[in-house]
Amino acid sequence: MRPDAARPDALDSLDRRIINTLQDGFPVSERPYAEVARQLGTDEDTLLARLKRLLDERILTRFGPMYQAERLGGAFSLVAMKVPPEDFDRVAEIVNGFTEVAHNYQREHAFNMWFVLATETPEAITDVLRRIEQASGYPCYNMPKLEEYYVRLRLPV
Amino acid sequence: MDMSAFREHLRQIRSRVGFLEDTDLALIGAIEKGLPLSPRPYAEVAAGLGISEQEVLRRLAALRNRGVIKRLGVVVRHRELGYRANAMVVWDVPDDTVGELGRCFSGYDFVTLCYRRPRQLPQWPYNLFCMIHGKTRDEVQARIAQLVQECGLESVQHQVLFSRRRFKQCGARYHGVTTCPALADAREADYAT
Repeated sequence: MRPDAARPDALDSLDRRIINTLQDGFPVSERPYAEVARQLGTDEDTLLARLKRLLDERILTRFGPMYQAERLGGAFSLVAMKVPPEDFDRVAEIVNGFTEVAHNYQREHAFNMWFVLATETPEAITDVLRRIEQASGYPCYNMPKLEEYYVRLRLPV
Repeated sequence: MDMSAFREHLRQIRSRVGFLEDTDLALIGAIEKGLPLSPRPYAEVAAGLGISEQEVLRRLAALRNRGVIKRLGVVVRHRELGYRANAMVVWDVPDDTVGELGRCFSGYDFVTLCYRRPRQLPQWPYNLFCMIHGKTRDEVQARIAQLVQECGLESVQHQVLFSRRRFKQCGARYHGVTTCPALADAREADYAT
């Protein structure tokens, strides 16, 4: 964790209610912040100031639309690699250097590197995988989603 | 990315999904990095696009109804909010029951994502993936035990892959239009597990 990252205990009850409410959605209306503020029992200025702070302090990554990328024609895939621990950092640097890599996690398993690719076309996924394999020297295991049962990442704070 | 490349991207998107008009694509591009933090954010977006606030509202509502926009709202940095145990749980489920189990999992609030994915035999036999976020590993393990019991998975092989480090967490990237807002901390590491 970054040394300057805010601690969750630095959040007061209004911060928490703002985060929880806005994980569920945001109105499409002329004065959306005023609408949400009313719902939270605060005012528009306070809500705007709190949101700005939560974004500045990087407690929130974004505030805006979440797209269904497939409906825009793009493609996503989850990819796993088995990288020897002593070579992990080198390979991570290579993988993270690809702009198509949206996020990358080290996990505790022989398959220890897991990243998500986002590309404009399904064909581009294959191409990027081949380039990652060439650059890293290890095979990529492509695990695109075949079916989706549930997508709701909502974490109450 | 410069604007001509941006427009070219938008043209390419449009050629694949004909039902999105140019104005929709411009709107998507305009709010992609985030909504303005001002009292009338959609009026601000509208002014930037040279259209009316009402048109922005109408188009956004339509994009949401069509599922192009899944939702508007915030994305949290879950670790900074205390969700420090993040497990990908993978199951080797008979193909003819994977849908049934996926639906069973989706009944639990603590399951935040659930997908069927291809096996990679012989190295990787698992075909059902779910994500469980919790504040501690014990909490996550207890939830997995609950799934095993309540969805009848005693005889199903599973593995729990806790995350150790996160290198990147971006907003929804699409078509190269977005730069990753988290790129600056692509090296951000989290050892607290």
